[in-house]
Amino acid sequence: MEKKLLKKITGSREASLFLVLVILCMVIQIFSPSFLTAKSILDMLKNNAVIMIMALGMLCVLLVGGIDISITSTLALSGMTVGMLLKYNIIHNTLLLFLIAILVGAICGAIIGFVVARGKVLPIIATMGFMYIYRGLAYLIARSQWASAENLGGFKNFALEKELGLGILNNVIVIVLVCYIIFFAVMKWTKTGRKIYAVGSNPEAAAVSGINTKRIKLLVYTLMGMLAGLCGALAVAVYSSAQPNMLYGKEMDVIAACVIGGVSMSGGRGTVAGALLGSLILAVIAKALPLVGIDSIVQNTVKGCIILAVIIFNVVAQRMMQKENLKGREM
Amino acid sequence: MRKQLVYAFLCTAAISGILAGCSSKSSATESTASPQKTEAASKDGAGTGGAAGKTFAIVTKAAGNPYNEKMAQGFQKVIEAEGGTCIIKHPESATADAQVSVIQSLISQGVDALCIAGNDENALQAALEEAMTAGIKVSCLDSKVNKDSRQTFVNQAGTTEIGQALMDAVYDISGGEGDWAILSATSQATNQNAWIEAMKEVMKESKYSKLNLVEVAYGDDEPQKSTDQTQALLSKYPDLKVICAPTTVGINAAAKVLQDEKSKVKLTGLGLPSEMAEYIGNDDAHSCPYMYLWNPIDVGSLGAYTSIALVDGSITGKTGDKFTAGEMGDYEVIGASDGGTEIILGPPFKFDSSNIDEWKSVY
Repeated sequence: MEKKLLKKITGSREASLFLVLVILCMVIQIFSPSFLTAKSILDMLKNNAVIMIMALGMLCVLLVGGIDISITSTLALSGMTVGMLLKYNIIHNTLLLFLIAILVGAICGAIIGFVVARGKVLPIIATMGFMYIYRGLAYLIARSQWASAENLGGFKNFALEKELGLGILNNVIVIVLVCYIIFFAVMKWTKTGRKIYAVGSNPEAAAVSGINTKRIKLLVYTLMGMLAGLCGALAVAVYSSAQPNMLYGKEMDVIAACVIGGVSMSGGRGTVAGALLGSLILAVIAKALPLVGIDSIVQNTVKGCIILAVIIFNVVAQRMMQKENLKGREM
Repeated sequence: MRKQLVYAFLCTAAISGILAGCSSKSSATESTASPQKTEAASKDGAGTGGAAGKTFAIVTKAAGNPYNEKMAQGFQKVIEAEGGTCIIKHPESATADAQVSVIQSLISQGVDALCIAGNDENALQAALEEAMTAGIKVSCLDSKVNKDSRQTFVNQAGTTEIGQALMDAVYDISGGEGDWAILSATSQATNQNAWIEAMKEVMKESKYSKLNLVEVAYGDDEPQKSTDQTQALLSKYPDLKVICAPTTVGINAAAKVLQDEKSKVKLTGLGLPSEMAEYIGNDDAHSCPYMYLWNPIDVGSLGAYTSIALVDGSITGKTGDKFTAGEMGDYEVIGASDGGTEIILGPPFKFDSSNIDEWKSVY
């Protein structure tokens, strides 16, 4: 029994990823002792909350064999909506603003889901179109204005306070945790979660067995939109600034986080834990590069190299683990 | 077969129509140019008046930025007051690629002058040379392109003036000694690099010998990365006294980090008053005692007067050329450090707790 459990742990892709993360952290810690402090880690989580949350939505989208590159545009649109509502003194209630942001995101996502599922447009093409449309809309509602710290009033305090975290954890980090817990439970133990996996691993079989694949696709894109919308409001609170070019180009970071986390680009494979580890690895790299004292100019190159090294290491480690496990079977 | 013939005929007709349209348009502008010119001159008196009937374009760095917007407004106001037609182009993203396609569309529109805030110093050369070959007067403002790509450059504040102002601010805020760091935009940003070089030049004076520049960090003008970089600076250099961020996104992100952490480290640099109002103040509760910037409306206006002067021939962009920029006074074209020429608007403007309330609503 014990052996079985051990095998299960070492056999999973997440185990080797976790190993990568630990090694990465240890190496960084040697170079920069201030890295593994509570403050530094909490800062890192807060500063990467947006990417981490969106990685969950991207996980679902990738699971059904799709992709969504419009997410940061959705984020900008919902973020600008929040920013403008505050700037022009229309709504000040933080909870209401978050709900509006999520609603904006849900609508954006549902439209994409409809086009992809019903219209049968290739996801990358459809979302590329919406990437421009939503980003354009963000510029339109911004009317060349930014909402700055002064306009945001009490809303920006949300990212500073700890009331949701019972005075211990920052609100933003609590939201990240809650999202991960919900998604972990839903993906593992609910019918809907299993249906998403089913549609991704074999759409025909899923359809034959009575799963409405179109509805599942619509659902995952709407979910993605909702998370992107939520992140729009979060980003505005965290950075105290709403600008229409928010997180421009960061959708690649979200996709990269998933891919590093072992989520298959062709659908059907990937876990919430993988998405978490993938986005944590990206976050650690972003946090560590300036700390370790690598020359600023080469930081992006180093970032790319580390990502590749992590993926290669992970693949190699996993193969070795599999080999070990197979050996065990022969016995 | 017959269908193909019809298509061929239609195509020929369309092409000749376009050609005819172009030629008739240009002749129309020429013929109406003179009456409008006199009208504008009589209306404005002091104005150069050369703008009448001509089309002037301004290409900013990117859409959706209030700074660029104000600059374009300043440009448009002058051009329209002088009787010209103004085209404002904001590229979709802050890249050279996006600007190249904008420049090409302006060339085919046949504008008379083009004033651009370059997203890259060298990458626009081919497109801008093509524009100059097509007879368009090319100048740049705010962020320069290399000397072969322009006739002259409207410099919002002399590089040395900015370097001096920022160094003096660092000197003043730090009390004349200690560690300080720079948080810049991207490592290849033309403006920021020139200012940082100028600051390093000023630092060579013995007055600044006790100041120790520990690092130049790059936040890539992204809030997320700038936040990471600021936090890294704070944990790497516990004795850090001042951060100087000569970029609007960087200074905003750094101000937020410092103020949220109630850090003792102070901030100065170049920032937008509206964005920074929350952080400017002399007490411990505010992270930025004062900062600098110029007036983007004035930058746009001077860009417009320069374009007009280039089009009406009163200047050619050579060193020593002089012209009058309406109410802004007289300006002279001088040699720039890169071998080209430039026109300097004036020293940067200081924003502190006494005037921030008045400026934050402007831009």
